[in-house]
Amino acid sequence: MKEFSIVGKHVPRNDARAKATGTAVYTDDIKLPGMLHGRLLRSPFAHARIVGIDTSRAEALPGVKCVITGEDIPKVKYGNWRLFPETQDEYALAVDKVRFIGDEVAAVAAVDLDIAEEALGLIEVEYEELPGVFDIDSSIKEGHPVIHDYCPTNISVDRKIEYGDLEKAFAESDYVREDVFTVHPVSHAYLEPCSALAQCDLDGRITLWTSTQVPYIIQCLLASTLEMRENDVRVIKPFVGGGFGGKMELRAWEFCAAFMAKKTGKPVKFTLSRDEEFLAGRRRHGMKLYSKVGFKKDGTLTGKDFRVYLDGGAYNAMGPTATFLCGNFGAMLYRYPSYRYLGEHVYTNKPPASAMRGFGAPQAIFATETQMSIAAEELGMDPIELRMKNAQVSGDEITGFATISSCGFKEALEKVAEMSGWKEKRGNPKEGRGIGIGCYSFISGGAFNWFNTQYPYSAAEVRVFDDGTAHLLTMAADIGQGCDTALKQILAESLGLKMEDIRITSADTAMTPQADLGAWGSRLTLFNGNAVLDAAEKIKSKLYGAVSARFNMNVIHDFECKNGRVFPKGKPDRGLTFGEAVAMVQKAQRGEPLLAHGYYTPRDKGLVTPAFSFGAQVAEVEVDKKTGIVDVKKFWTAHDCGTVINPRAAEGQLEGSIQMGLGYALSEQFIMDGGKTLNTNFLDYKMPNAMDMPPSEVVHLDTYEPEGPMGAKEAGEGLAIPTAPAIAEAVFNATGYRCRDLPITPEKILKAIEESESEKGGSKSTMK
Amino acid sequence: MKHVITLNVNGDPYAIAVNPWQTLNEVLRENLNLTGVKLGCGEGDCGACTVIVDGRAVSSCLSLAVEMEGKKILTAEGLAPTGETLHPIQEAFIDKGAIQCGFCTCGMEMSALHLLTKNPSPTESEIRESIAGNLCRCTGYTKIVEAIGAAGEKMRESSERKSS
Ligand code: FES
Ligand code: FES
Repeated sequence: MKEFSIVGKHVPRNDARAKATGTAVYTDDIKLPGMLHGRLLRSPFAHARIVGIDTSRAEALPGVKCVITGEDIPKVKYGNWRLFPETQDEYALAVDKVRFIGDEVAAVAAVDLDIAEEALGLIEVEYEELPGVFDIDSSIKEGHPVIHDYCPTNISVDRKIEYGDLEKAFAESDYVREDVFTVHPVSHAYLEPCSALAQCDLDGRITLWTSTQVPYIIQCLLASTLEMRENDVRVIKPFVGGGFGGKMELRAWEFCAAFMAKKTGKPVKFTLSRDEEFLAGRRRHGMKLYSKVGFKKDGTLTGKDFRVYLDGGAYNAMGPTATFLCGNFGAMLYRYPSYRYLGEHVYTNKPPASAMRGFGAPQAIFATETQMSIAAEELGMDPIELRMKNAQVSGDEITGFATISSCGFKEALEKVAEMSGWKEKRGNPKEGRGIGIGCYSFISGGAFNWFNTQYPYSAAEVRVFDDGTAHLLTMAADIGQGCDTALKQILAESLGLKMEDIRITSADTAMTPQADLGAWGSRLTLFNGNAVLDAAEKIKSKLYGAVSARFNMNVIHDFECKNGRVFPKGKPDRGLTFGEAVAMVQKAQRGEPLLAHGYYTPRDKGLVTPAFSFGAQVAEVEVDKKTGIVDVKKFWTAHDCGTVINPRAAEGQLEGSIQMGLGYALSEQFIMDGGKTLNTNFLDYKMPNAMDMPPSEVVHLDTYEPEGPMGAKEAGEGLAIPTAPAIAEAVFNATGYRCRDLPITPEKILKAIEESESEKGGSKSTMK
Repeated sequence: MKHVITLNVNGDPYAIAVNPWQTLNEVLRENLNLTGVKLGCGEGDCGACTVIVDGRAVSSCLSLAVEMEGKKILTAEGLAPTGETLHPIQEAFIDKGAIQCGFCTCGMEMSALHLLTKNPSPTESEIRESIAGNLCRCTGYTKIVEAIGAAGEKMRESSERKSS
């Protein structure tokens, strides 16, 4: 492993002090003179035609400054897939029809929140209720109600992948296994409710402060919906209290704040309530997954047929991407000589599902991993042994997808087996105890361009000064994961400076270089890190030139920036301080400031990702067979994220992922009555608290990703994948209950124990 | 009808006219611009709004402002009043990597302060119990629990030094 001085070290976050002292400013903390407060009126019906809206009483209420409905806004639909305009299916406020309970119908801006809230009650909307559909099957069955006129089938997007001769593969298999899995939607449940504040600048341009993961995407989509030019909209991301995929699209309140600010000439702020977040907020896709896999007797995989329906809710949101990626995730982790995927995104009259940490992978890989464990059981093999046999390795090419340039999967499997005492525990089971494994692979990061940007995917500007400091400008969005700190570390390492020598400005679309696709698809470390390095290299070559000239060096000398100095590697005593070297360049350039732009767009790496992370996790559980309650005793994780830039941050990603994965497996779910979400508060949503968290041990594997900055790749999303399948397998090991429909609840376990029949429900296997 | 309440926040006296339905959270955030007091749910479920009122950790979103007459309130901003030396709890949160998005942080710190004042050497499970009402979606609580333990140690050391 290469030795670094700042990368890989315990460096505290650069914003930790501000956050610890309460001085960090989040969007809702910002107040501007004359600011109005906005509230949204939401649909009480899951599917209805809007017959008429009367806003006159609301408008007459003293203190109300502006009321708008779908009638008042430009009829421009939006969505993140700009390359395929037909998928852009949403208006900021409902036009003619509402499609889910919570769909935004009207907006009010008033001098205070109480008045805005009162005004909502004065808006009269006449609806004509329509029949709704609330699950995948009824949405696509003959005679179903149509949710969007443009899409009579209710299937808005489909994606196919096919390679190898699957039928032949199955015919030649010794063992073929077919299962149906269902997975439920869950909430991002970020702690900071969404908030947006817009101001109309003196020149008529718009500035929007918003709680987002994607400032550039908001800038572009807001401009199009306001019918303005992109450069007339400035989006600033203040501190953001978590996103996890839930803050990566233009949303109604962002549009309304900007539109109403233009209309009234006053700043307008919207902040959602927690109730709104749960009632109408985005969520992870519920899915139905059919999977058929074939094996040889010795456990070698022959092929996989994977068919997935995504319950998309009322709008596409990020569903098309999830539909696409699910197909790729289905072919990851293991070597499938033949593979077929059909994914279909289905509209229902429920709050739209969207991206959430793992973006289709927690669902697809829950199916893959559970089926691997079932197959191991039936083939009489150890689950880890079966995985080892089929694991992808560095250099493997996934047909039509990408080549894996670094892969620590097998090492991860070996490591977790060793750490967890796997052999011993599987070999000598204790009553009520079980141990199980789940694995993951993830993209690092999303290389697709359905947003259709003409700019680089990630960019950086580095300015250096003769006082020995540097300024990094990047549009990358730190939403808590810590990319500001990681990027500073990468720059400091590259320029040989200290963390405190670097100032950072990030995520302001008017100040930072174009462009950045945002914080999703585990892009930032690899993409933005490479952009930063690109800029740093350009700066360094100028500095090297200056030092070379100053000391009249032979051209064969190579140079280095380290410990605040710039010097020839072979003659370290002949150098200048960083600041002196900058001053030399400036003199040579007769005053021109020294700055450089760097960028990164993956080319020639396939259309999905330039690199992959891998990992494995073991869970040990104890199940109370009387109550069905699962108590997770411990997790062991080994993961390959390449060079670890910031160990505490990487551990933090894992620990947070486990909290989310534990909730996904055991406790979190939306309780729905048709289209209505009933548990709209934290108390009833039941995400794990500090007392629910089991202990955990982790090993970061020593790997190096050639495409990554200093060898690094993603650690933010992949880790959210293995926990649910690991727990499910451990529960099976303890009780014989095989979960094929998440979440794992005491009722399901008790029922299975009662019937004491482990294999059932839509599954079959044939052994030759 | 507004009532004027007088209260002490982070050592400073205030007289504020409030509506009977207004919460302490609203007064601290809207009237006093204290951004260390967050609003994560408004329903007493998340703990992001936790402040110390007369020595007890309370959810400011559930406390009515009119009941704060004569009370002493401490928020994260009051933990290190001069801003130069941080409180050991803040230091530990920074050092241990217990902060990610930071939205839960100030509330966590106030719950930690409440615990460590009552119980200077808490066990891990006592720490976990004391923040069971403070939700975090980023950290899995691991480093927060570590930070509170480390802060307790530091606070004990410095009080021993003072008393010896
Ligand atoms: S905001 Fe008070 S407990 Fe959540
Ligand atoms: S750090 Fe984000 S909620 Fe705790």
